[in-house]
Amino acid sequence: MLKVKDIHTYYDDSYILQGVDLEVSAGEIVCLLGRNGAGKSTTIKSIVGYNHPRKGSITFLGQEISKQSAFKNVRLGLGYVPEDRRIFSELTVQENFEVSFNDKTEIRWSIDDLFSTFPLLDKFRHRKGGELSGGEQQMVAIARALAGQPKLLLLDEPCEGLAPVIVEQLGEIILRLKEHFPILLAEQNAHFALEISDRGYVIDKGLICFSGTQQELQNNEEIKTRYLSV
Amino acid sequence: MMKLLRHKLFGPTVLAVLLFFAPLIISTYSVMILSEILIMGLMAISFNLLLGYTGLLSFGQGAFFGLGAYCAALMLQAGYQNLFLILLVGMLASLLASLVVGFFSVRLDEIFFAMITLGFGMLFFSIAHNWLDVTGGSDGLPVFVLPSLSLLGNEITFYEPTRMYYLVFGIVLLGLVLLWLIVHSPFGLILKAMRENKQRVSFVGGNVRLLRIVAFAISGAFTGLAGVLFCLFNSMATPEFMHWSFSAKPVIMSIIGGTGVFLGPLFGAGIFFVLEQIIIQYTENWMLFLGIVLVPIVLFFPQGVFGTLRNKIFKQGVK
Repeated sequence: MLKVKDIHTYYDDSYILQGVDLEVSAGEIVCLLGRNGAGKSTTIKSIVGYNHPRKGSITFLGQEISKQSAFKNVRLGLGYVPEDRRIFSELTVQENFEVSFNDKTEIRWSIDDLFSTFPLLDKFRHRKGGELSGGEQQMVAIARALAGQPKLLLLDEPCEGLAPVIVEQLGEIILRLKEHFPILLAEQNAHFALEISDRGYVIDKGLICFSGTQQELQNNEEIKTRYLSV
Repeated sequence: MMKLLRHKLFGPTVLAVLLFFAPLIISTYSVMILSEILIMGLMAISFNLLLGYTGLLSFGQGAFFGLGAYCAALMLQAGYQNLFLILLVGMLASLLASLVVGFFSVRLDEIFFAMITLGFGMLFFSIAHNWLDVTGGSDGLPVFVLPSLSLLGNEITFYEPTRMYYLVFGIVLLGLVLLWLIVHSPFGLILKAMRENKQRVSFVGGNVRLLRIVAFAISGAFTGLAGVLFCLFNSMATPEFMHWSFSAKPVIMSIIGGTGVFLGPLFGAGIFFVLEQIIIQYTENWMLFLGIVLVPIVLFFPQGVFGTLRNKIFKQGVK
């Protein structure tokens, strides 16, 4: 469904991604693990079209998207939940959902569906996004991505800075969403990510240094200590 | 009772009724000042669609105001008398010009956007100032015949200040209703989201550049409408309308009144003109006193006079 092939991405002059390959197929949660600064977020941003790779290809649903603007990729079906829960803090929760552009012909997530998927948010419907707690904001960010009717979800460090009990709830939500679309999850918290993922990649210094199933990753002590600080 | 007072249309309705009956009470001179306030208020609210709702500080709105005014003057000189045609052509010309200016400007942000719009504004000013054959140069274009309106078989003219006031009142009211509908539509919501963060808008699938061009063009068209009205009111179109110092007026009015409230800039325009009228009785250097007034307003009324007072009274956020 999503194929990333040998992408090279720069931030100004710094050479960040030095040939990243990865794939996400229907029905799976794939995690992208690595330490801080390894290139996880840059990979996600390259895919969504926020930071275009200078070389390499990204295909999504059979279309080449590596040079396409973020808004077109989102409309094509890439749901994106940015790191740091970047919601619209001046808009109410419901307005955060309403600003999402989507294909009006195929609504799988109506505003009501979003509130029934995240019942906690229902009572904050008309509260401004900025007044919510970190965990609630993360839920708004995920629900807002759903309002765009995604066919694949990109999650960038969803549990960063959240309390363990919230992280646990988030894991359950992500597992439930897997029934609807595949998910690519960039995460520093390997414990959390490996618990819910089917497969995973480990990235270090802009290169994928290991890939395998959840079991393979769980059992590889070397990888866990060298790259994941588990 | 409190519920009625809190209704978001209560205040604007009371204001409209007051403005409608104002000429019965106030002097003819004041009626003329009030006409000017309404016209500049329409310009300032159109400008605030960019600053307050979209987060873009345009310093070239005078170009579209002047374009509307020149369209009206040229049409009247050429013998066109149909009021609605003149209003429509003035708006369309400003819409087209703002589409072109917007196309080149909206890719920039903050000070760079302000500077490029200022540059375009001065370009229009130079054309108006130097193209003697068409614009009359620095003398401007005088208007000798005003359009009239056929209503129920009667021919209504607008030479008398009170009639001119009702023409201005009617058109400004219509313009403000349309702008109000725009800012309260889904499109208006996206503008507010862009003001907060344009990248996040692209992450929810919004084409930021196109949305900004549309906002710029809507603002330009309504600014042009204000320009047409001002030409009729003033019986004159001059290049000064396009000068950057004229473009600064809606900026100052919006900041005085409040950029976060729909009617804030209209109140700003009111305060601006009333202050001018009071100060000008004592000194010609009224701009000096405007500066002195502006500083405490920015310091003590961060959301503008109207915005801050409204929030204090109702203790509610900006809608």
